[in-house]
Amino acid sequence: MGINSQVDLEQASLKKDKRREEGLSYWQLVWRKFKKDRAALVAGIVLIIFYLTMVIFTEFFAPYQLENKFIRYINAPPQKIRFVDSEGKFHWRPFVYGLRQEVDRETFSRVYKEDTTKVYPIRFFVRGDSYKWLGIFPSDLHLIGTDAGGTVFLFGTDRQGRDLLSRIMYGGRISLTIGLVGVSLSLCFGSVLGIVSGFYGGVVDNIIQRTIEFLTSFPAIPMWMALAAALPPDWSSIKIYFGITIILSIIGWGGLARQIRGKVLALREEEYILAARTMGASDADIIFTHLFPNCLSHIIVSATLAIPGMILGETSLSFLGLGIKPPMTSWGVLLQEGQNIRTVVQAPWLLIPVFFVIVTVLCFNFLGDGLRDSADPYSRL
Amino acid sequence: MSDAGDTRRYESLSDFIIRRVLYLIPTLILISIVSFVVINLPPGDFLTARIAELEMRGDTTSRQYLEQLKGYYGLDLPVYVQYWRWISRFVVGDFGLSFEYNKPVRELVGERLALTILLSVCTILFTWIVAIPIGVYSATHQHSFGDRVFTFISFAGMATPGFLLALVVMVLVLMRYDVSLLGLFSAEYVNAPWSWAKFVDLLKHLWLPVVLVGFSQTAGLIRIMRGNMLDVLGQQYITTARSKGLKERVVVYKHALRIAINPLISIAGMSLPNIIGGEMLTSIVLNLPTTGPLFYRALVMQDMYLAGSFLLFLVVFLVLGNFLADLALAWSDPRIRYE
Repeated sequence: MGINSQVDLEQASLKKDKRREEGLSYWQLVWRKFKKDRAALVAGIVLIIFYLTMVIFTEFFAPYQLENKFIRYINAPPQKIRFVDSEGKFHWRPFVYGLRQEVDRETFSRVYKEDTTKVYPIRFFVRGDSYKWLGIFPSDLHLIGTDAGGTVFLFGTDRQGRDLLSRIMYGGRISLTIGLVGVSLSLCFGSVLGIVSGFYGGVVDNIIQRTIEFLTSFPAIPMWMALAAALPPDWSSIKIYFGITIILSIIGWGGLARQIRGKVLALREEEYILAARTMGASDADIIFTHLFPNCLSHIIVSATLAIPGMILGETSLSFLGLGIKPPMTSWGVLLQEGQNIRTVVQAPWLLIPVFFVIVTVLCFNFLGDGLRDSADPYSRL
Repeated sequence: MSDAGDTRRYESLSDFIIRRVLYLIPTLILISIVSFVVINLPPGDFLTARIAELEMRGDTTSRQYLEQLKGYYGLDLPVYVQYWRWISRFVVGDFGLSFEYNKPVRELVGERLALTILLSVCTILFTWIVAIPIGVYSATHQHSFGDRVFTFISFAGMATPGFLLALVVMVLVLMRYDVSLLGLFSAEYVNAPWSWAKFVDLLKHLWLPVVLVGFSQTAGLIRIMRGNMLDVLGQQYITTARSKGLKERVVVYKHALRIAINPLISIAGMSLPNIIGGEMLTSIVLNLPTTGPLFYRALVMQDMYLAGSFLLFLVVFLVLGNFLADLALAWSDPRIRYE
């Protein structure tokens, strides 16, 4: 009995393993491999949080409205969230102290001191500035806030007394979407021209490749600057927003097209394409039912890795005053407002947007790297 | 080809150079056209705006002078005539006039361009000097603590553009030491003519922008160098070298490094646009006397010959840099000359 049943068992478990493998679709395999990459997973989660809080539910998560000015709190420093008060007593509900304005006797500049007599507990789901969520649904609910008369400036305020945290969140709405919109535009150009170039080859391929080479021989930033300077100054914010995305993707599509072309070149020689052709499939059939789905993972990876460049491009253009312009606010605009070095030395919290830019770019890099490694899940099975 | 066994065409180095130079010419012509078009995109120009302004004030003498200028550059003529006038003078060294400064562009561009090129070349050298040893270390000590630290730093570095780093560093230094990092020269040398002492002073200030611009480039290069090195170390000839009993040091530095460095040469050419761009933004933040701040100002003021000359010179510098990188690669790795 022993040996036989042992063999049977082994065969059964082998079969089971195999069945488990066979039962998984390509995307399930990708997900299984992706899950193992902890850095990419964390980066993905951080990005989802960023997009939820700063793009979709901005109005709810931001404590104040974008243009809400507190004239009594110009360049006020960040208020610290505290659990222990000045007498050493512990509070379950976090609180902030009120701010008291004083004039520095030596420099005659305005300084803010914490007023320990005024305690403002931080409340959740409070009614505050009213807004229209996504421009449609009116509400005044905010995630955090405090009692009337108090303020919660977790990142301080700017020179017009506007809450920096709220401005960073509204700025994120622009900075985070411009990368996505720009990349989608680049993808439209890039994947069409890349697939055409790789699939048909010959003269078309040659022309497209030379064009890409030519485009990439220009330094991106000076070109962006020159093109952005050409946007008419009387354009509305929304036009400028799309103008900037188009400018960013004009130079960006080349790299995407080239990578997709490489993938198509490799796929074109595969036997199933030959099989499809033998069975009389048209070019369009082959492209849409075979080539495109097989390139999709590759396209997603290239797109993810192209987003950081776009975000940085927008940030640098707006930082120079050539990109997004106030009242529309992006992270670059916030940095531009803090460009006066003397002000920033007095109010270093104005540099906090830098942190958000870097974290976003870092996360996209990690995510793109992780996706690239898991886009080919068959390599280590 | 007398060599019957080898059917592949092998180009000699001189043929390779000639072919590449011939390829350069149409590229440069196209580049000059695109630069001109881009610079002319903004509606209106500096002169017309200026003339209108002077007309309001009733200043006729300067107006006549400006009208004369307008005629000289053909600003009322079709774009292709303007382009032709511009480029035909450009080739013989007349880059036009900066309308804002009322000075020949040549006087304004020269020194700044030289400083930009100096800064870019130093940055490339810096990235190589730092990235190659770290990349080799990371590859030979894969998954060690040091490798992990460098991997983390290089990922963070790739996400940190030079101008943001410059901004933060400048503010921190100013807050802590009350020292301003602006500029490339000490106060006494800013307007001084070139001398040995001024050059030494320049070198003393140069390292900071080099490090700031080079930081993210270096980070990327470390990743590439590490990957190349790992690829090469996994190849059979390395195993052969090891089994011959060669010292590990010889295997790594003489056999592996020699091959792993080749791709870096073409990357040096390709990364030049990024370095120029990064240098430009960093210079604007730190107010360095390089092309960045003046190009920016020229764009904003629509001072088109100044902006156009900068753009064209930068692109030409890039194209030549790429050309040199190709040459260096063809020399160092003859395999790429097989067709």
